[in-house]
Amino acid sequence: MALDIIIAGLINGSTYALLAIGFSLIFGVARIVNIAHTAFYMVASYCIFLIVQKFGYHPIVGMLVAVPLITLLGLICYKLFIDPIREHEAAVLIGTIALAIAIQEIMLLIFTGDYLSVPALIQGYFTIFDVKVFYQQLLTFVVALIILGALRLLLMNTKLGVAVRATANDREVANLMGINESRVAMITMGISVGLAAVTGAVVVPLTTISPFMWMHPLIMMMAVVVLGGLGSIKGSFAGAYILGFAEALVVFLIPMGAFLKGSVALSIMILVLLIRPEGLFGIAFEEER
Amino acid sequence: MGMLGYYIRKFWMFVKNEVLVLPSRIMVFLFFLVLLLLPVFTQDPYLLRILILTSIFAILAASWDLLSGFTGQMNFGHALFFGVGAYTAALLNLHAHLPPWGSVPVGALGAVLAGLIIGIPCLRLRGTYLALTTLAFPIILMGIVFTIPSITGGELGISGLERLARSRVANYYITVVIMLVVCTIMWKITNSNTGIIFHAIREDEVAVRSSGINTTRYKLLAFCLSGFFAGIAGGLYAHFMRIAGPSTLEVSMSFQVVIWAVFGGIVTIYGPIGAVFILYPLLEFFRFWPEYRTLMFAIVILLILLYMPDGFFPWIRDKIETECPRCKIRNIATRKTCRICAAEIE
Repeated sequence: MALDIIIAGLINGSTYALLAIGFSLIFGVARIVNIAHTAFYMVASYCIFLIVQKFGYHPIVGMLVAVPLITLLGLICYKLFIDPIREHEAAVLIGTIALAIAIQEIMLLIFTGDYLSVPALIQGYFTIFDVKVFYQQLLTFVVALIILGALRLLLMNTKLGVAVRATANDREVANLMGINESRVAMITMGISVGLAAVTGAVVVPLTTISPFMWMHPLIMMMAVVVLGGLGSIKGSFAGAYILGFAEALVVFLIPMGAFLKGSVALSIMILVLLIRPEGLFGIAFEEER
Repeated sequence: MGMLGYYIRKFWMFVKNEVLVLPSRIMVFLFFLVLLLLPVFTQDPYLLRILILTSIFAILAASWDLLSGFTGQMNFGHALFFGVGAYTAALLNLHAHLPPWGSVPVGALGAVLAGLIIGIPCLRLRGTYLALTTLAFPIILMGIVFTIPSITGGELGISGLERLARSRVANYYITVVIMLVVCTIMWKITNSNTGIIFHAIREDEVAVRSSGINTTRYKLLAFCLSGFFAGIAGGLYAHFMRIAGPSTLEVSMSFQVVIWAVFGGIVTIYGPIGAVFILYPLLEFFRFWPEYRTLMFAIVILLILLYMPDGFFPWIRDKIETECPRCKIRNIATRKTCRICAAEIE
């Protein structure tokens, strides 16, 4: 039981961390609340399904093709629909909601509403204390950690990372310092959608694919981001594991818990906000928040 | 007889001088007239049903605008008020046998309570934080609804409620008249002193607070007012559909409201109402291609946003009316001089 909870918590947490960090990045840099973020995660899952099940390639090929493809799709959507209305905050919200719904409907048209699945990358499992641990679960967790580490290196140790962090800190001053703000926003959007696609790629063997699979992660991701502090990578990371474990605990320990998992996670978020309105690691700006 | 003639003449002068001078006012006038006289010409139950639902959602969208448009408190969980209104009305009607005229207002008061409960923690948050936090509340309530199916009916909801009225036409008149009255009240609120303070909070909260106005109280007031009107919409919905189900609390319901309001233009009240009256029947129209329906809807929204990011109705209004540069009174776009102060309009 305890081990089950730990495994489920780690997998949930890693998924939410990957999603939330992507969401947080583009919010920090361009002040875009991208509701369609998890829709790209859903499209990535479908893309891999298509390559693996329909064309019969190895899942690794599917992942390698899907991630750049979805990143490109994200950038095209950004250029066409989000960039022209970036200055209107409310319009961006609606635009991304509409985009997410449009993507959902297109997937519904192509693949119908059936639940689909993709075989695991590595079959088999080992047992510790009578608990089955699938190799795929282990792999998902490790890959998530590697990607998070790589992202940290990118943000902390490269010139691009400095530009991204500078723009997130203060857009106008970054612009004055000669950083091409709209290009940084574009690149960040690419990284952000890329992260969503990678999440889809590592999680897809563990879940069933359906056109509505973006809703639940979206809500959890938003809760994680608010809990950790908007725009804070460290906060998203901590928040993701807190809510991931909370969800796992509720599902395993409380009867009817599957219905309550969202409620409990969101209640935790609200409780934290009552004590610290800027989130766990967020910085309280006087102007925005 | 002489008195009657006087009043008729006075009314005609009012219509001629205040209503017929501006195309937007003529449109509102026609809107009232068409809605109230429609059953005289057609009693097609399907058409009336669509219009009843449209009216209910118009109240909901306008109440979102009152809170989020005017005070700038982005509420992404407006379905909470709708759902609380619907469930309270349904429970009261089923268990306490309260007729609709009693259960709908009490349901609305329940929604006010919900507004207070979520308003108090949310007052400390702003902008995107607020939007994402409010999104959480209907989902929490939905979890609770699913865990106690003995009271709430779980996934099936509470069914078997009393009708608003026996015939479809009576139903139609009840909802349409309530919609017109409630929306006029909301519009009056936004034009009053309170409305100006709401608007000022949206523009610059610190400035309002430094003018000696208790912004916290006004923001709570906005939450309560908006909750009340949305609760009325929820109660009407429950009694018209004769069921209050978890669909009233769904995330897509909250998103739908925001889409309507932004499409019609926020901070206007009339914008969201008009938007519902365009988009909801349009969605029904697309039922000939059910699989493309939602897709078309989303694409229409995306295109509208690209070309008129301020909303559809303000965009139209700017095309057919101009503002006098001197006295700030609106004139029809064809006029060369202002109708009040005779200043040149270029």
